Amino acid sequence: MIQANLKVYRYDPQKDQEPHYDTYQVDGLPDFSTVLDALIKVREDIDGTLTMRCSCRSAVCGSCAFRVNGHAKLGCKTALSKLAPNGEEVCVEPMGNMKVVKDLVTDMEMFWDKIQQVKPWIETEGEPPDREYQVPHSKMVELQQPMNCVMCGACVSDCTVLEETSKFLAPAALAKAYRVVGDPRHAKSHEWLTELSEEGGIWDCTRCVECVQVCPKNVAPMDQIIKLRELAIDAGLTDNVGAKHVLHFTESVAHTGVLDERTLPIKAAGIGWAFRNAGIAIKATLKGKIKPLLPGTHPSVTEVQDVRRIHEELEVKKGTE
Amino acid sequence: MRVAYFPGCVAKGNCPELNQSTHKIAPLLGIELIELTGAPCSGAGVLQAQNPVLADTYNAKTLALAEELDLPLMTVCSTCIGCLRKSNKKLSEDEGYRAEVNEVLKNGGHEYHGSVDVTHLLYVLIKEVGTENLRSMVKQPLTGLRVAPFYGCYILRPADVMGIDNPDNPTSLERVIEAVGATPVDYYGKTRCCGFPINLENEEAAFKMAGKHIGEAKDKGADCMVTPCPLCHMNLDLQQPSVSKVVGRKLDVPVFHLPQMIGLALGLAPKELGVAKHMVSTKDVLRQLGL
Repeated sequence: MIQANLKVYRYDPQKDQEPHYDTYQVDGLPDFSTVLDALIKVREDIDGTLTMRCSCRSAVCGSCAFRVNGHAKLGCKTALSKLAPNGEEVCVEPMGNMKVVKDLVTDMEMFWDKIQQVKPWIETEGEPPDREYQVPHSKMVELQQPMNCVMCGACVSDCTVLEETSKFLAPAALAKAYRVVGDPRHAKSHEWLTELSEEGGIWDCTRCVECVQVCPKNVAPMDQIIKLRELAIDAGLTDNVGAKHVLHFTESVAHTGVLDERTLPIKAAGIGWAFRNAGIAIKATLKGKIKPLLPGTHPSVTEVQDVRRIHEELEVKKGTE
Repeated sequence: MRVAYFPGCVAKGNCPELNQSTHKIAPLLGIELIELTGAPCSGAGVLQAQNPVLADTYNAKTLALAEELDLPLMTVCSTCIGCLRKSNKKLSEDEGYRAEVNEVLKNGGHEYHGSVDVTHLLYVLIKEVGTENLRSMVKQPLTGLRVAPFYGCYILRPADVMGIDNPDNPTSLERVIEAVGATPVDYYGKTRCCGFPINLENEEAAFKMAGKHIGEAKDKGADCMVTPCPLCHMNLDLQQPSVSKVVGRKLDVPVFHLPQMIGLALGLAPKELGVAKHMVSTKDVLRQLGL
């Protein structure tokens, strides 16, 4: 038997001016108990006013995502024996980036709104085949990863970009978008990718890996976003800063083996960026931090010819695929 | 120990003080740096969006160069370690993919067999040098200095690629800070994103991210920050004046690269470590240390 010591976020907007934390000591839990098991015992035996969502207790329904010690997790998939083997205090809070309805329950409206924005359905064109649509097995194996999403909201909770801009479609919706756009049956990929390339879409992800880390079903949303970026570039949707950033980055590395950070932002974001950052660039150059933008000041790797060969070989290969 | 040293583009570009300070502290710590002068950029997660096989092949070339020397590969960049380890995992675990990549590599005279361990100066300090050993080498303890660690994303996440420190509750930077006699400052933002990757795409969001973490560190009483990632350093230090304007508050928090902090504790002069190259002055911190 183990003991859980919980510090739980409490907030009832109808009664409380401010959120506060309550602490609970839960005894007599079986060794294999989870954070959710402890919370249920609190609600049933200690404090019936504690409000939370939960259902399957098996990491299938996606209802019980909370922030546990600061990071989003499914309560039912988080073993106390690993998290707090010596009865250490475990802090449970509602998911981030969402309005709190009460205690550990968050308003999921924003989450579902973003899912709807990416139009998560397949649209085909032309006459349907006589029998079923056929998709290569390897493609379905790959699409299985975004299909594993249980819509728990953990990735949205811990998304670092969403904290700063509510326009961002966020990881769950973008992973769902790849599930559709990456499906060979989908006939509207170019249209979908055009919309996804706009502000708040695929190019606003900062690649912080938080969503990959917190996802309880290994959806790896950031990896799906990177795949959408590749599809967008392959589709010729390159008239935006994000795509230009990637293209000029690759070009710079192919040229010398080393990224030239001085010219990349100007090429990707334009002369306006250069003017806005001229003061910093001059100051950093005077301090000897940044080399002056003169010919011959950017280093090359010693095997630069081999780097160029690899680039040429693989870009040609990709172009012919 | 001998390591195949992969400085990465930023330590050779906009943060030359990182490469400089790494070279200064390495011999004092008993680390011999064999620089991989032929190794290309790790892709930084950017190149991967145009051609992931190209990024993996560049990284396979870098890994092959380290393997030919029979040495572990050490970076000084959170982003480089993340990208190199991710490619390494794919290449080591998937023999078919490795063979496909080697088909391209062999025309340049290289082949990768999947045997290289990719690490970072931070983890070399923890696992090879040892914090107790480091503590014994300190000549100028940073006593009284309150240092806020800032990890950078890829050095911690995802755990199945990194698997060295705990991404939810890392301790390595704190252990190093304590070993050099300083006091670590705990704050939520230490494992979050500095925003640098979207500086061009969404500058306002990027700078708000950086400003929030610098501000939180300052509010928790930090005299300075320390980071093992030069990309983070560019947003936290180089862009700090612009970040300060976006978040609407005076920040003025100096940010050290990890080897600079170590170097100060090992008795090196600030000038040798290139701290004067920073955008935010380190003078107050140096004065506090009597330097």
